[in-house]
Amino acid sequence: MKEIILLKNGELALKGLNRHTFEEILIQNMRRRLADLGNFQFATSQSTIMADPLDEGIDLDEAIDRLTRVFGFAGLSRAAAVKKDMNVILAVAGEYLASQLLAANSFKVDAKRSDKKFPFNSPQICMELGGILLESFPHLHVDVHNPELTVTVEIRDNYAYIHGNQIKGAGGMPVGSSGKAALLISGGIDSPVAGWMMAKRGLELIAVHFASPPYTSPKAEMKVHSLLKKVARYSGRITLFVVPFTNIQEQIKDNCPEELFTIIMRRFMMKIAEIIAQREDCGALITGESVGQVASQTMYAIACTDAVTSMPVFRPLIGMDKDEVIITSRKIETFDISIQPYEDCCTVFTPKHPRTRPKLEYVEKAESVLDVEVLAAEAFNGVKITVIN
Amino acid sequence: MEAYLDNSATTQLCDEAVSAMVKALNSCWGNPSSMHAKGQQAEKLLEQSRSEVAKKLFCREEEVYFTSGGTEGNNIVVFGATQALKRQGRRIVTTGIEHPSVYEPIKQLEAEGFEVVRLKVDHTGRISEEALKAAVNSDTILVSIMAVNNEVGTIQPVEAARKAVEAARSPALVHCDVVQAFGKMPVKPSTMGVDLLTLSSHKVHGPKGAGAVFVKKGVHLVPRYCGGTQEGKLRPGTQPMPAIAGFAAALKALPDIGFELDNVRKLKDYLIAGLKNLDNISINSPPDALPFVVNISVIGVLSEHMLNFLSERGVYLSAGSACAKGQKSRVLTEMGLDDARLSSPLRISFSRFTTKEHVSMLLEGIAEGQKKFLRR
Repeated sequence: MKEIILLKNGELALKGLNRHTFEEILIQNMRRRLADLGNFQFATSQSTIMADPLDEGIDLDEAIDRLTRVFGFAGLSRAAAVKKDMNVILAVAGEYLASQLLAANSFKVDAKRSDKKFPFNSPQICMELGGILLESFPHLHVDVHNPELTVTVEIRDNYAYIHGNQIKGAGGMPVGSSGKAALLISGGIDSPVAGWMMAKRGLELIAVHFASPPYTSPKAEMKVHSLLKKVARYSGRITLFVVPFTNIQEQIKDNCPEELFTIIMRRFMMKIAEIIAQREDCGALITGESVGQVASQTMYAIACTDAVTSMPVFRPLIGMDKDEVIITSRKIETFDISIQPYEDCCTVFTPKHPRTRPKLEYVEKAESVLDVEVLAAEAFNGVKITVIN
Repeated sequence: MEAYLDNSATTQLCDEAVSAMVKALNSCWGNPSSMHAKGQQAEKLLEQSRSEVAKKLFCREEEVYFTSGGTEGNNIVVFGATQALKRQGRRIVTTGIEHPSVYEPIKQLEAEGFEVVRLKVDHTGRISEEALKAAVNSDTILVSIMAVNNEVGTIQPVEAARKAVEAARSPALVHCDVVQAFGKMPVKPSTMGVDLLTLSSHKVHGPKGAGAVFVKKGVHLVPRYCGGTQEGKLRPGTQPMPAIAGFAAALKALPDIGFELDNVRKLKDYLIAGLKNLDNISINSPPDALPFVVNISVIGVLSEHMLNFLSERGVYLSAGSACAKGQKSRVLTEMGLDDARLSSPLRISFSRFTTKEHVSMLLEGIAEGQKKFLRR
């Protein structure tokens, strides 16, 4: 029996005349994600995208698993595509969904007839098929309000599609449809979640990581690779820029007041990230900051770090509690990687009593002893680039 | 030049082990349990290897069971012994500084209702014989004490366990994890008064994936795994002949222990003398520890920083078994070290391939590291 994957657009369905552009990006994202599984043909019709496997033996379960992580869909289903003939539909549905029907206690049939030439209307399809399924699976009862299983029949242009419960999609907007942004990633719990959240809003990601050998080890860098690999399952390919940061940290440590160390360091990070972001045609920076989480993330401290960049800085976690962030990080499977205990650049030289209400003039004055532009340019020139798939 | 000083973590394969393994991979790939000639050939190699281990332990061949290494060996022994004797008593006596592969299984048994006494160590990392004697009662079924601690090298009074068991008229089996001791000091079960030993191949210049347990004749362990009759059912599964042959060859190649101890002691003395010239160093290993392991703290420099710094210079060592930030070493904590020393430990571990030049590289590296890190 021919099987396909039916994907229901999420927010895209609400777009107006430019919906096509979004759909094209979405299909391209799907194509990339499924490329190594085999050939698919994609077709769109009325806020649905159909992914039709062209080769024999394509692993549809794996394809569906991957597509649940492609942003832009509200839901997806694996469906049988059969001839638009009521007798065929009635004959096939019970057999195709047998295991799901056996596992459920209650069910209902839902019919959608977009091809109005089909001789049965939706209520008729529901009644006929419902009756037959009840006969073949006498343990079932009908529950139209809260069924454990919804058997859906969709009568479309070329085929009738039969499927069971819809699987939840990743939601959001197709990656790339909103442009590109640079994620500052340390290795902790927050930044991968921030990146994931912005990718969900359609941003393509690049990532910037600061390495301070020998204070930080190569393992800390490998950890960032692993984290981005997990995020890339949703966002698609991410180019990682690793910035050598030791000299800058030592310079700050040696020349600036201890209580301002972290603030000044973060200003450098923003500055360098912005240089990279501009070169890479990004429209924004993304950080995992949340107000008040640590001394460098108070409102006053954020004002000081923001002052060095002219780009918008997206901070999707800004109003979230740590446990809320952790829930997402578990969901996207970055949590267990994030808690590996390697020192990262943010924990090197942490002051004992950091300033929580720094004043911008004071910070700028303290920083002025350093040749900020030269240091930042040097660091930028030492950048190491890796592509994470 | 590189200086590999992390021999308690693992050792470089010796040439003898490599040749034996290549030979086994190429020509001795039969299943030792098969009836045909190809199988018999592998079986012969297996039994020769067993005899090599037995020779080193001064024990019978039938008392040696091959395992996949130290962790599996310790699990087999701890669970096997307590299962076998659970009707004769509920108490397990051990120490607070065992390797996780003994420590964790015993913790699991504790959760299942066994009574566990974990002997404290003094500031040198050694348990007291009196406390051991007091801890063993007639309800005790297992005493498990490591011969040499993997982080500081402290030698434990293992022989006292047998005396304690006899004095208490206890049915207990005595187990000793000799992973860090074997090949580096005399290990003879009869002298040590132990029923069970755990050995690992890759700590003595053999390959990873092989090890052995000694189970005294007449002692019964309940197998942890089932599904095969190999290794007296204690470790079912087809034996990995290349790894086992490499293990045996590495044992055969071990130099005379007295000779090796002398050499390594000289290295340790050279290291300690060099460290005396530096400030802010404290030596955590006691003077009478096995000289193969020297644990120090470089006060004021986080272990992770120093290790990364040294690694960049080609000097490889570790911070002990838990090198992670925020995770203080359980062993050093048990020894009562203060926070400054707990946050900055380095474990230097030697082998017969270590030279004075390696130690010099380390000393230079530490001095340079101190200059770099303590300046700030």
